[in-house]
Amino acid sequence: MVPLYNESTVIADVVRGLRESFDHVICVDDGSTDGSAAAAAAAGARVLHHPINLGQGAALQTGFSYVGSKPEAQYVVTFDADGQHRIEDALEMLDLAKVEELAIVFGSRFLDTRTDPGVIKRIILKTAVWVTNLTTGLRLTDAHNGLRVIRTDAVRMIELDQDRMAHATEIVLKLGRTKLPWREYPVELLYTDYSKAKGQSVLNSVNILVDLLVR
Amino acid sequence: MWIQILLVTGVILVGIFLARPAGGDSHLALRRLFMLGFVIVAIASILFPQWLSWLANLIGVGRGADLLLYALVLAFLVTVASAYRRNVALNRKLTHLAREITLARAEAEDAKTRDAQ
Repeated sequence: MVPLYNESTVIADVVRGLRESFDHVICVDDGSTDGSAAAAAAAGARVLHHPINLGQGAALQTGFSYVGSKPEAQYVVTFDADGQHRIEDALEMLDLAKVEELAIVFGSRFLDTRTDPGVIKRIILKTAVWVTNLTTGLRLTDAHNGLRVIRTDAVRMIELDQDRMAHATEIVLKLGRTKLPWREYPVELLYTDYSKAKGQSVLNSVNILVDLLVR
Repeated sequence: MWIQILLVTGVILVGIFLARPAGGDSHLALRRLFMLGFVIVAIASILFPQWLSWLANLIGVGRGADLLLYALVLAFLVTVASAYRRNVALNRKLTHLAREITLARAEAEDAKTRDAQ
């Protein structure tokens, strides 16, 4: 499941890549204005349309609600639209979840040395991890990593209220409260020029903190 | 100084107000009571301007105008806090509404595909 907002240059490739390994690719189009939704649909994704732009957290929850309504669904993999995740990682995480009967597998870029986010991003991310661990009681090594595998029983137990980027902390908190078994799995993030240009700005971490603290 | 105690208490009260769940009836009632108090004080200040100076001196503020400024700052804080809360609550509703529309549309499309098969 791919939350999608204005990624028309890359979304078709991402969807095509996913379709090779997954039967159902769902894109939640968060009110894109650049034809991303049509590109995703043409590449073979099932596209859900938000009538207006709400934010990535809202798009994720819409996708979760949709998947949760399908009795045949077993797992949902969340995957970023900008092409910075590796499909191999997603498949390995899914296997791990099945073999070890885990309800949640979080991708982490800090479990090995493959990913080098740069000094500033590392500081911000590590701060985010610290805040997340402080508020959730879970011990994660990465935060705000869009690659996750979640079993549908866990999906049905959570409801994300954070519409914007703070959902990445909220989802850890709410999944943690389900007390279902979870693990982290080392993944690599491909920092292309495109994903770097689209990535989270330093200032947005201020928004995330305020969203989390003042409700 | 009395004024410092009053102002700090005021700011703390705004903070507590901000932490309360928005949109409830008690929230609305508090806002209306605050508005009523504001109107009464405003009328009193117009009719008896010296009343403000008297109160200011009583709590350790030099002039009535200064006290008015302090009160205005507090009132502004309450307004900002209350507008922020209402905005958050409104966004919540908007999200739920948009999600319902999205899911209803998806459900209709899925039903159509099922029928076609």
